[in-house]
Amino acid sequence: MKAFSNLLSDLILTSSRNRKLSLLEQYFSSTPDPDRGYALAALTGSLNFKNIKSSFFKDLIKEKQDEHLFDLSYDYVGDLAETISLLWDQEKGGNMPKLSSLFENLKKAKTNELKNHIINILNISTADQRWAFIKLFTGGLRIGVSSRLVKQALANYGNVDLEEIEKIWHGLRLPYINLFSWLENKSSKPKISIYDIFHPMMLAHPLVVEKDLVAANPKDFVAEYKWDGIRVQIVSHGEGCRLYSRTGDEVSKSFPEIIKTIQGNFVLDGELLAGINNNPKTFNDLQQRLNKKAPSEKFIEKNPCFIKVYDVLFFNGNDLRDKTLIERKKVLNSYFSTNRSPMFLSETIEFKDWRFLDKIRDISNKQIHEGVMIKSVFSPYIAGRPRGKWFKWKRNPKNVDAIIMYAQRGHGKRSSFYSDYTFGVFNKEKELVPIGKAYSGFTDEELNRLDKFVRSKTINRFGPVREVEKTLVVEIAFDEMSLSNRHKSGIALRFPRFKRIRWDKPTNEVETLDQIRKNFLE
Amino acid sequence: MISIDNKLYIRDIDTYIDPFFPVERAIITHGHADHARAGHKHVLCTPETSDIMKIRYGENCASSFQTIKYGHSVKIGKISVTLYPAAHILGSAQVLLETEKHRIVVTGDYKTILDRHLDPFEVVPCDLLITEATFGLPIFKFNKPEMEIERLLDNISKNRENTFLIGAYSLGKAQRIIWLLREAGFSDDIFVHGSMDKLCDFYQSKGIRLGTLRKATLDNRKDFKGKIIVAPPSALKDRWSRRFENITRCYASGWMQVKQRAKQSQIEIPLVISDHSDWNELTNTIKQTGAEKVWITHGREDALKYWCEKNGIQAEPLSLQHRDETGEL
Repeated sequence: MKAFSNLLSDLILTSSRNRKLSLLEQYFSSTPDPDRGYALAALTGSLNFKNIKSSFFKDLIKEKQDEHLFDLSYDYVGDLAETISLLWDQEKGGNMPKLSSLFENLKKAKTNELKNHIINILNISTADQRWAFIKLFTGGLRIGVSSRLVKQALANYGNVDLEEIEKIWHGLRLPYINLFSWLENKSSKPKISIYDIFHPMMLAHPLVVEKDLVAANPKDFVAEYKWDGIRVQIVSHGEGCRLYSRTGDEVSKSFPEIIKTIQGNFVLDGELLAGINNNPKTFNDLQQRLNKKAPSEKFIEKNPCFIKVYDVLFFNGNDLRDKTLIERKKVLNSYFSTNRSPMFLSETIEFKDWRFLDKIRDISNKQIHEGVMIKSVFSPYIAGRPRGKWFKWKRNPKNVDAIIMYAQRGHGKRSSFYSDYTFGVFNKEKELVPIGKAYSGFTDEELNRLDKFVRSKTINRFGPVREVEKTLVVEIAFDEMSLSNRHKSGIALRFPRFKRIRWDKPTNEVETLDQIRKNFLE
Repeated sequence: MISIDNKLYIRDIDTYIDPFFPVERAIITHGHADHARAGHKHVLCTPETSDIMKIRYGENCASSFQTIKYGHSVKIGKISVTLYPAAHILGSAQVLLETEKHRIVVTGDYKTILDRHLDPFEVVPCDLLITEATFGLPIFKFNKPEMEIERLLDNISKNRENTFLIGAYSLGKAQRIIWLLREAGFSDDIFVHGSMDKLCDFYQSKGIRLGTLRKATLDNRKDFKGKIIVAPPSALKDRWSRRFENITRCYASGWMQVKQRAKQSQIEIPLVISDHSDWNELTNTIKQTGAEKVWITHGREDALKYWCEKNGIQAEPLSLQHRDETGEL
């Protein structure tokens, strides 16, 4: 537990990705089995524990510490685990148990023993250990480390490809002895059934017209809509069905009604969308579902979802990944000749020349697709982003002028620069309201100048945030605008980034919120 | 009874303690900018504090200085004034105001744990204790600074490619960190920000060994891998720090006790090393002085006032406005 709590303390304070990776690698190499396996499960969010509620720890500390002093402290620190860990007095002596035995003992403990057991552990641990312990058992480490990053660290540690780890990840079990033994070259790669795992997806390159289309024969390609949902892999076999996101995270729990209905022996690739009967709604509608980890039946009924399927990797035990796209589509066509709701075949677009596709791509007001996909009919299903096989041809981005309102420092090598900007436009009441945040799209040189602007035009500070004079206009590019009642402006932009900085443009020439809404939402 | 008001003005002898504005007569507890200001007429303080003020504000920062050593007294009218070590920085003092019937102690900023490069703190019994409360919350319990330094050195030995930039206030904290590093056996050259080299020289002249210090200027640029640079906290995130590559930001302060704070300030190695008292030091000192009344000058006074009252001691917050609340001193 000592090593693990040190790791967490270091990770939470590290902003550099590379340093996080090396901290994780150091930990995996210096920690024996089975502890590192438990840590791995904790870090990837797969350590299941009957959640001790945070109120349990709150009650414990109130038995030891004056309630008013606790309140003042909690108010100051703002984080319950940290407040309790600092207020608890360490009693001398005793060795903090290993992470693995800690976990197993707590799992075994009866409800009436649990309290004394936990008090005992808090008594012999240091503040950092108490903090890690409380974080671990109240769910949610929130230390800025994604499961993908942890897997990348494993890949670096074993000198294997991240994809190889992703391939077997979902077939591995606590405490991951076979995984570590493979990574350390002591045994061969763990053998996992194809239905137990996520298969890394095939990804597309952004289309560059001059390069990719000039010599290409439209006959050699299939075109489809680029749906604006989330990419999912559907893994189904006799024992049930699982859904994985593009990054290999299992999302089955959020869509119980879908995995319940799907039957068969296959691995399919498609897009999960909000809507019913193959009629997609916007990404914003899907977002409602994505935000809920365990949706109620009522909520599901109100926000139904379905899947548009566009590829197949395995079918009835056959690996189709080496077959051409045309052959795979045949398998799909025949499978979807009967109703497979909530799965539907993603339609292909008939086209004779590229110009036609170009037009289709920009029919955008429906907000349902983001453009078109163009795929070589000869392409096998290759994990990763192979060249010259699949292309995404997105709609042209939209642009809007806005005024810089606030700025915040960036991270990593940008940490001394004000590089994160909130921008806004005027509403009816002539009040400037924020419409988004952007931190990319400018050159280093422009960043230097922006940074200078922020430093010299600051009119207010709120912690790390600086409010600036409302004088600088920027042209913002974005993919989509949608209604949102989370923001005061009532709108939300998807993927906003700087297009140009209009040092010259007066702020009174910036279009108002009403005009913008008219332009993009009606 | 000695009459002192909530601006630390002692009517009987027309003298202020650590006034924020220029006055006729001032007693200065220590050289930090939120306690020592330029422009007073007569200043009473320790010899070190007088030296520090002259280094920072110039020889003529006051019309006259009267200095007394720790444990020595001067009589002003009916009141005898004695200075005792406060162990906050070099020269820092508690002020005892005393008549036959009444004793008042103004602690200034202080800590009570042993810090071998300074004279040890002395408990001075009194009727009214006027104390600081910078870290007046029970979450503040500081470990031994040696443990923090050890953690830093361990990190340096594992990451020789990085440059370790330590934020530490130019007066007191910077020198203490360097001294602690030397005590821990770190003999490599240490680079310092331009704002602190005179003060480092002064500490060295008082026999506090800081070893070889070099200025952190661009001429030395290629030398910074695996090195320690000490700079004031404000320089940590400012443009000044852009000249170094592959920086690991460290910050030596009691505030670093709270991880969320360290994270917010993008500090990768927090060094929980404080020149102020933690919760236990504050409450123990109050008990040991036997004071019946406590005034709290600045800091997190709510909790300490609450604690005093719970323990049958009258307590009053003064909320002296100009005291530094960011804790960078």
